[in-house]
Amino acid sequence: MDASPLAPWEDPRAQPLIRFRNVTKSFGAFTAIDDLSLDIFEKEFFALLGPSGCGKTTMMRMLAGFEAPSSGVIELAGQDIAPVPPNQRAVNMMFQSYALFPHLSIWDNIAFGLKRDKMPKHDLNERVEAMLKLTRLEQFASRKPHQISGGQRQRVALARSLAKAPKLLLLDEPLGALDKKLRQDTQFELMDIQETTGTTFVIVTHDQEEAMTVASRVAVMDHGRIIQADTPDRIYETPNSVYVADFIGDVNIIQGKANSGEGEGYRIFWSEGQPPLQASSSTDLSTGQSCSLAIRPEKVAISAERPEEAANAVQGKVLDIAYLGNLSTYHVELPNGLVIKAQTANTRRISRRSFTWEDPVWLSWTATAGVLLAN
Amino acid sequence: MTRLSWFNVVSLTLGFAFLYLPMVILILFSFNESKLVTVWAGFSTKWYGELLQNEAFLDAAWVTLRVAVFSSTIATVLGTMAAYVLVRGGRFFGRTLFSGMIYAPLVMPEVITGLSLLLLFIGIGLDRGIFTIVLAHTTFSMCYVSVVVSSRLVTFDRSLEEAALDLGCSPAEAFRLVTLPIIAPAVISGWLLAFTLSLDDLVIASFTSGPSSTTLPIKIFSSVRLGVSPEINALSTLMIAIVAVGVIIASLATKRAALQRQREERLAVQT
Repeated sequence: MDASPLAPWEDPRAQPLIRFRNVTKSFGAFTAIDDLSLDIFEKEFFALLGPSGCGKTTMMRMLAGFEAPSSGVIELAGQDIAPVPPNQRAVNMMFQSYALFPHLSIWDNIAFGLKRDKMPKHDLNERVEAMLKLTRLEQFASRKPHQISGGQRQRVALARSLAKAPKLLLLDEPLGALDKKLRQDTQFELMDIQETTGTTFVIVTHDQEEAMTVASRVAVMDHGRIIQADTPDRIYETPNSVYVADFIGDVNIIQGKANSGEGEGYRIFWSEGQPPLQASSSTDLSTGQSCSLAIRPEKVAISAERPEEAANAVQGKVLDIAYLGNLSTYHVELPNGLVIKAQTANTRRISRRSFTWEDPVWLSWTATAGVLLAN
Repeated sequence: MTRLSWFNVVSLTLGFAFLYLPMVILILFSFNESKLVTVWAGFSTKWYGELLQNEAFLDAAWVTLRVAVFSSTIATVLGTMAAYVLVRGGRFFGRTLFSGMIYAPLVMPEVITGLSLLLLFIGIGLDRGIFTIVLAHTTFSMCYVSVVVSSRLVTFDRSLEEAALDLGCSPAEAFRLVTLPIIAPAVISGWLLAFTLSLDDLVIASFTSGPSSTTLPIKIFSSVRLGVSPEINALSTLMIAIVAVGVIIASLATKRAALQRQREERLAVQT
């Protein structure tokens, strides 16, 4: 099967829509973007994820044309976009503050960009109506931005930036101002709209859950660099560094020294007097190299007895229990003081829970459950 | 309603008397039958009638009005441009000097401004008249406009302009279609401020006016030196009335707009 329509980043012949080539951007002594190269393909929903100050917003502003790279080239559909001013780029942006024009009605806000293009009256009306329909705002067309709710404003901002049918839509923390429930609904709406219109979306967010939900690929950024850019599942299952593993979701990190054992796997010596842990790894480690074993809490099983045939089993006592309704997270303290989190689905009622505080328990996981990362 | 204590009543009365007693006396005596300003001789509106016959006063009023309209309009355009550059221009060379210099006329004694302008006009051989007063008034009222407009621009959400650029506006279009309509209230109040400043300026106008271009404040001041006439009381009463009506209309309009907005925002939350 040809994988390219679904995963163009794996097809060496695919032409990227956006190409960052060794882009650096500095503001005085501060380097916001550090020699960054990245390809984004057509019809992708690409998420830039990172803590504040990691340079994700700067990347977006360079795409929109509000900042120019200090060095390097940004190409859009094969053309260097540096000399093109923002008003002539086939790129539109949805602002974090929405930036709706307060003196114009919802209808005029959406029509604003089309009027600048001198679109004929009839086509313009049709296009605005279509956008209102797409974002379910028909009944608010004549209102002013301050006369509608936050969720509606967010949809107006989206409709306005989509109206010109840009090649690329930039979304700067688009859902930051919405409450959690509304945000989740809107995420799915965004995905639907992206599929319907076939526009390439680049979203900036610091919310890893949001990035994982909406994006086809996620780039995890830190200090102006992309640490890892991959599909959400691979980012989660095979992070390439402790930073990525720690940034996305919850993770247990066990420090140790690697020792290539029999077969493919490694043995990791992590604590005096404890048997070494078994772990497989795709990266090559030399014997004695210090490494980190990253294991997701849901991949750690908790039991009262030592499980038979478990590749790794350690004993500890329950320190804390976080009850989240559908899940419970057990914080288990190991003899060397390390606290490991183990997560179980609450398939039974809470009164039937098997463990409580101070109970001695066994934690176990398979050799392939964790990811072994060189330090 | 709570009843005021005697202390509050006294302080209110004293305060308002201090502020408004002179004006009340002025208005009262504008309706005085007698020509003597200090003796009440019955109610009459004859001084208003005489005022309308007085060519000199009417001419001066017309000059003042033209000067105020022209100078405040030019000052608003220049002041808004200056404010825009100061707030948006970033750190260009000489910014600190420029911003210091634009605010200096606020604290400059009027006598000095007037004198220096007079010397300049004589120096370049410009005949003094309406044109020179307009220039002088523009000079000193421009900085007030730029203060008012720049304080609005500081709180202006920059992303609105960026959104306009993003949607295909040239920078000039973005200013005309987005920035200007939104900061319009500040620009208008800047204009009104410049207009009132020009309307009641005596010092600078006396330095820069010529024989054919007497403004109303100059006219009033010079005729008072020959003795206060009830006509001047009448004229002043008219000016107070015009200003009062203007202020009341403006504040009512602002209040109504605020109430309207509140109502609409409540409506938005409910839907």
